[in-house]
Amino acid sequence: MRLYGKYFVIHLKSVMVYKTSFLLTCIGQFLVSFNVFLGVYFMFQRFHVVEGFTYNEALLCFGITLMEFSLAETFARGFDLFSYIVNKGEFDRILVRPRNEILQVLGSRMEFSRIGRIFQAIVMFAYGFAVSDVSWNLLKILTVILMILGGSVVFGGLFLIYASICFFTTEGLEFMNIFTDGAREYGKYPVCIYGKRVLQLCTFMVPYALIQYYPLLYLLDRGKAYYSLLPVVACLFLLPCLLLWKLGVRHYTSSGS
Amino acid sequence: MRKYLAFFRLRFSMGLQYRAAALSGVITQFAWGVMEILMFRAFYRADAEAFPMTFQATASYVWMQQAFLALFMVWMMENEIFNSITDGNIAYELCRPVDIYNMWFARSLANRLSRAVLRCMPILVVTIFLPAPYGLMRPVSFSAFLLFLLTLFLGLWVTAAFCMLIYMTCFFTISPMGVRMVATSVVEFFSGAVIPLPFFPDGFRQVAALLPFASMQNVPLRIYSGDLAGKEMWQAVSLQIFWLFALTFIGKLLNTLAMKKVTVQGG
Repeated sequence: MRLYGKYFVIHLKSVMVYKTSFLLTCIGQFLVSFNVFLGVYFMFQRFHVVEGFTYNEALLCFGITLMEFSLAETFARGFDLFSYIVNKGEFDRILVRPRNEILQVLGSRMEFSRIGRIFQAIVMFAYGFAVSDVSWNLLKILTVILMILGGSVVFGGLFLIYASICFFTTEGLEFMNIFTDGAREYGKYPVCIYGKRVLQLCTFMVPYALIQYYPLLYLLDRGKAYYSLLPVVACLFLLPCLLLWKLGVRHYTSSGS
Repeated sequence: MRKYLAFFRLRFSMGLQYRAAALSGVITQFAWGVMEILMFRAFYRADAEAFPMTFQATASYVWMQQAFLALFMVWMMENEIFNSITDGNIAYELCRPVDIYNMWFARSLANRLSRAVLRCMPILVVTIFLPAPYGLMRPVSFSAFLLFLLTLFLGLWVTAAFCMLIYMTCFFTISPMGVRMVATSVVEFFSGAVIPLPFFPDGFRQVAALLPFASMQNVPLRIYSGDLAGKEMWQAVSLQIFWLFALTFIGKLLNTLAMKKVTVQGG
């Protein structure tokens, strides 16, 4: 953990050297997800309600999903660029060091410009929070925190899978985008609007619904109390991801430089 | 002209080489298309009256968008060009007896076309057999189909001309990141990549329709499904032609300006 703290400080310092560039990319990040927000806004201007969810409720959901994703992306960015590490043969260097490989890959890159996105997520969430007529209590606030933590873990797991695949293909595979960027993109609405089939897939295969739809129902007083604990269950998703990673490391053959 | 055609051919056949990447891309695009259509279905169920296009036209719009993604996505810009400006390799390109603008333009067209050719077929073939409201519909009429092809090409031309503007500004700013990000998100929204233009609220929509961004994917995709027809359609086509000339003109102007003060970076 102390090592990770060191990595964190180093990356923060290196970003701060180029302050203007950093600021610009932050604004860029903000704008990019602002697009999606504008899309949601326009759709609700026209339709008002979808599957029983109002604009404010959808916004709450979008804000949380975006925050989960951006947090995961900020810290797990190293996995996202892992194909590069494997391609260049830099993974050899990581293997010979007497530290955990995952920690080192995590530390190889941190993307602070995602703060733009996180900022937007906070704004959207705060707005949804303010206008929605959710009666907040301690348990609900705890649920939100669990959602954010669980969500970051699930997205982190997906990044881990993405990286593990690189061991076998040396290239990152584009179709993994469906699970990461796609989930962010389509997580703007509660999962149930995509129909029953998708909801099932998102419950049992990749647990998006556990970190988004079910706890949200609880927040809106429509679900059972145990729904609030589902994000914790979702964290189990990390186990198969770690297994795949271990398998990948064993399979790894250096690609030279 | 011949040398630009040669550039075009070279890039085109180069692009055709990446077949595995294309396959992976096609799978991704299917998934995105399915999710997009499911989303529209939910809204359609919520309030069919408020739906500004027929559901089938919307589904076709989504599939066409996925099939021809490579033609219209502004974020698919060429890093090679940006790199050559920032690292100074531009010097080699300047030595050649060709016009930089025309050469890059030919290159962009070829790259986009080759990617689209590889990727569009599987999507088009599969989606046309999907059950009625969800699949790709057949074009409303033969003349609409011909016009669709024409405007598809015009739209591609406008998109490429717009990207040229961004390449050219890189001569002045050197670091392309900021301009690029802002431009990409603006174009993405106003061209109808996030939600189709008819879904914009009144007032906002009319203004958006006049912008060059509406002349990209918006026109051909909506002509295909018959959503854009009659007088409105001809207006859109003439606007496309106008923007094509305007953007190309501005691009060339920037090009001459940039060539006058070009500094070769690096070493």
